[in-house]
Amino acid sequence: MSLERKDALWGYVFVLPWIVGFLVFTFGPLLFSLYASFTNYDITSQMDWVGIRNYRNMFTHDSLFWKSLHNTLYYVLFNVPLTTFAALLLAVTMNQKIPGMRIFRTVFYLPSVLAGVAVFYLWMMLLNPSTGLVNMALGWVGIDGPAWMTDPNWTKPAVILMKLWGAGGGMLLYLAALQGVPEHLYEAAELDGASPIRRFWHVTVPMITPVIFFELVTNLIGAFQIFQEGYVMVQDQSTPGSPMNSLLFFNLHMFLKAFQSFQMGYATAMAWFLFIVVIVLTLINMALSKLWVHYEGGDNR
Amino acid sequence: MRMPATSSSRSYYRSRRARKRIANIVIAIVLIGLGIISLAPFWWMLSTSLKSMQEIMSFPPTKYPHAIIWSNYEHAWVSGRLSRYALNTLFLSCVGVFAHVLSNTFIAYGFAKIKFPGKNFLFSLMLATMMIPGFCTLIPQYILFSKLHWVGTYLPLTIPGFFGSAFQIFMLRQFYLGIPNDLIEAAKIDGANHFYIWSRIMVPLAKPAVIVIAIMTFQGAWNDFLGPLLYVNKESMFNIQIGLTAFRSAELTQWNYLMAASLIALAPVILLFFFFQRYFIEGMNISSGTKG
Repeated sequence: MSLERKDALWGYVFVLPWIVGFLVFTFGPLLFSLYASFTNYDITSQMDWVGIRNYRNMFTHDSLFWKSLHNTLYYVLFNVPLTTFAALLLAVTMNQKIPGMRIFRTVFYLPSVLAGVAVFYLWMMLLNPSTGLVNMALGWVGIDGPAWMTDPNWTKPAVILMKLWGAGGGMLLYLAALQGVPEHLYEAAELDGASPIRRFWHVTVPMITPVIFFELVTNLIGAFQIFQEGYVMVQDQSTPGSPMNSLLFFNLHMFLKAFQSFQMGYATAMAWFLFIVVIVLTLINMALSKLWVHYEGGDNR
Repeated sequence: MRMPATSSSRSYYRSRRARKRIANIVIAIVLIGLGIISLAPFWWMLSTSLKSMQEIMSFPPTKYPHAIIWSNYEHAWVSGRLSRYALNTLFLSCVGVFAHVLSNTFIAYGFAKIKFPGKNFLFSLMLATMMIPGFCTLIPQYILFSKLHWVGTYLPLTIPGFFGSAFQIFMLRQFYLGIPNDLIEAAKIDGANHFYIWSRIMVPLAKPAVIVIAIMTFQGAWNDFLGPLLYVNKESMFNIQIGLTAFRSAELTQWNYLMAASLIALAPVILLFFFFQRYFIEGMNISSGTKG
């Protein structure tokens, strides 16, 4: 065997675990779920072909489908721009030569590495209408805070507020990008008499658009996955998504369809619907990126 | 340098350095304010965990515990059965770290350093899988594991880790690409095969990246909620996240106990963060492609 062919064989040996894992845990399940979405599969007894009935029922017979889609879109629409903007603002403020920057970086970054049920409980307590810290602080400036987790109109803003606390993760990325903007660009702009605000919009922002784009795409995909908050952050643990289904996110609805009422066929149809929505939005994002994302070196995109 | 307060002071304040100093003071004040907002929840958590229930319910709320009750932690630890759950989670996290480090360093080597037909296609395919929302494979994976009779065991939570994860493979490949090929060529001339080169040369050299993925995996496994929710049905096998929800069902709104339990659950990740902050930051930068 020639050295090159022997090398190629080694190559396949090394990537084999991934290929097997991809076929067994990703590709196979995806194919199966595509088929299942056209059946009345319930994991135990039946799996009959029903055509597009699941998809049709989704749009016409299931009012909770629209409710849950609305909840997820509401969350995405506010969470993604707000966290992106907050992280960027924080990074710009941090990008100064002030002593103690390392401490600030740690302080802002720490909340973003924490996750899970403990954080949800912490915020449920902070958002307690009468004894919580948030309404107490609002009271100091004369605002009568809302009932947050118990008022259906305020549950989603409450979750979005909680997520804003963790915006420091994105900040680090922007900070690294900001520090990579060459100093001579600023000097040139200053010589031309550009004000700090103009320097920010015409030098800083264009130079870091690739990172903003990366963050937008990953945050968008991530935000569509919201589930746990609706499952855990409820007053009554036996009714996920409460009060009034205001925290019934798309994935939570899908989860309950699959694992509470065992309508697996229907739930897989929902999963495929979400998949297509996310893919379309990502493609739109990529197409739009040509208009505003600036890559160093011109047309190497 | 001190300036006398004469007419020249106006031009002094207009000077660039002075403006910069005022700007810096304003920025420092803003950052301190934001820092307090960022840390206040931790203070509130700690202070609540040490209060009596009576003090928590008092109005207006007290800003610090007037009587510190350390035994809240003992109560949370014992009646929350946290030692059981913490051990379970520790076990799952350690297996996860072992599985991910082993599989991803191995697979990434193939993608980074060996030429073989179809490599670019496979690599693009792998990157594309990162775009698939996890929920799309969740239900069919559950069906697969239930047909294998793995539901109720730790197998669904551990075995997939041995087959690599796209994101970490990508990260390690980026790191490997920065290691010179001369090292591999030299080892080959000495008669080493790829397995030897991977285990004895590449993995040791990639130690910073390995630490990054180890931390990421530990964090992910420690915070995992959905996996155990689906696949674990015996109380004795609960992980810490599911254990916390069970504890809440039992204690209802005993916020002092709940906050003590929550702080215990957060402690490992907080400690990890303070000891390995550099690697947390490095991980973020490698993953976005910006080298900090």
